[in-house]
Amino acid sequence: MRRFFRRGPWEAVATGIIACGVVMLMQPLSLTLYSWSFATTLTGTVMFVVVSKFPD
Amino acid sequence: MPRTLNTLAERAAAATPQAVARRVRGLSDRAVAWAFISPTIVLLLAINIFPLVWTIWLSFTNYRANRPNAPVRWIGGDWYTDILTNPDIWVAMQVTARFVIASIAIQTVLGFTLAWLIDRRFRGHGVWTTVILLPMMLSPAVVGNFWTFLYQPQIGLFNYMVSFVTGVPPSSFQMLGDVTLSPWAIVIVDTWMWTPYVMLICVAGLRSIPEHIYEAAEIDRASAWRRFWSITLPMALPFIMLAVLFRGIENFKMFDMVNLLTGGGPGSTTEVASITLKREAFEKWRTGYSSAFAIILFVTVFGLANIYVKALNRVKQR
Repeated sequence: MRRFFRRGPWEAVATGIIACGVVMLMQPLSLTLYSWSFATTLTGTVMFVVVSKFPD
Repeated sequence: MPRTLNTLAERAAAATPQAVARRVRGLSDRAVAWAFISPTIVLLLAINIFPLVWTIWLSFTNYRANRPNAPVRWIGGDWYTDILTNPDIWVAMQVTARFVIASIAIQTVLGFTLAWLIDRRFRGHGVWTTVILLPMMLSPAVVGNFWTFLYQPQIGLFNYMVSFVTGVPPSSFQMLGDVTLSPWAIVIVDTWMWTPYVMLICVAGLRSIPEHIYEAAEIDRASAWRRFWSITLPMALPFIMLAVLFRGIENFKMFDMVNLLTGGGPGSTTEVASITLKREAFEKWRTGYSSAFAIILFVTVFGLANIYVKALNRVKQR
């Protein structure tokens, strides 16, 4: 269980979600993607705050 | 014979007035620590946390700051839905994205090139470093004002310089009044002001590369081009990433320069997100709506700041 909840990989996942959210917010292709951008960024940010407390 | 006071703590205790000493003696170390940090915590709560919490609350209401006595109604996430389905706000986000991408791309290339040149440590490189850093030290308000003069079609130095190089008459184009040119006018000013900052971070990156790696590469007869691609660029990359992230966050929030140079115009060609936010909050007085918009921007910047801190830790580990 401890091995599964390691900070490094989970932080990378959270960073990826935040980056996706920011790209979705600013892309010129789809209004649907733009609409979901805030939810994505918020999920990534909350996840980052939580997983940064995981052990190394 | 009086005992000598050796440690700093003993000397501090001896110098404490009797009345204070009597009051403090009963406190534990933890209580003293709390007594020291509580003014800062109170200040942080009052200046940072309270406005944030209040803005979050306002973003769920129909509050208008120009009608303080009107009844405030809870409307849930309506403003968020409105903003995230509004094509005009989406366009403002795209304008911000174009501005961020263009200015970061130019600043990174120019900043790294300048850093690479400064790192050659030629004669007088210290003076040149100071000269290059000067724009960064100026206030954005000052920079915005004097670039407005430089961009004047009749008397501006910028138009005359372009005219001198290209042969186009100086009064035939307007940097701040033209739909195509005005976004570039802002990018030019931002690049002029903030390339030195990128350069400074890149210089730090280049100077952190150990000399023995280059010596080993020379022994292996690696060409200068090969040394650049295999040593310099990969080892300076975390620092470049740091500069890109920091400038990205700053440019995403950019307000002062755009407001002074174009005010979001002509039309809405340079209306970045922060200008839209200002218009909603202080021209249309839709406080609840603008609070929701501010929260969306805040979450985005906060997310980017997390990535920035992660990159910073990676650089620190090196």
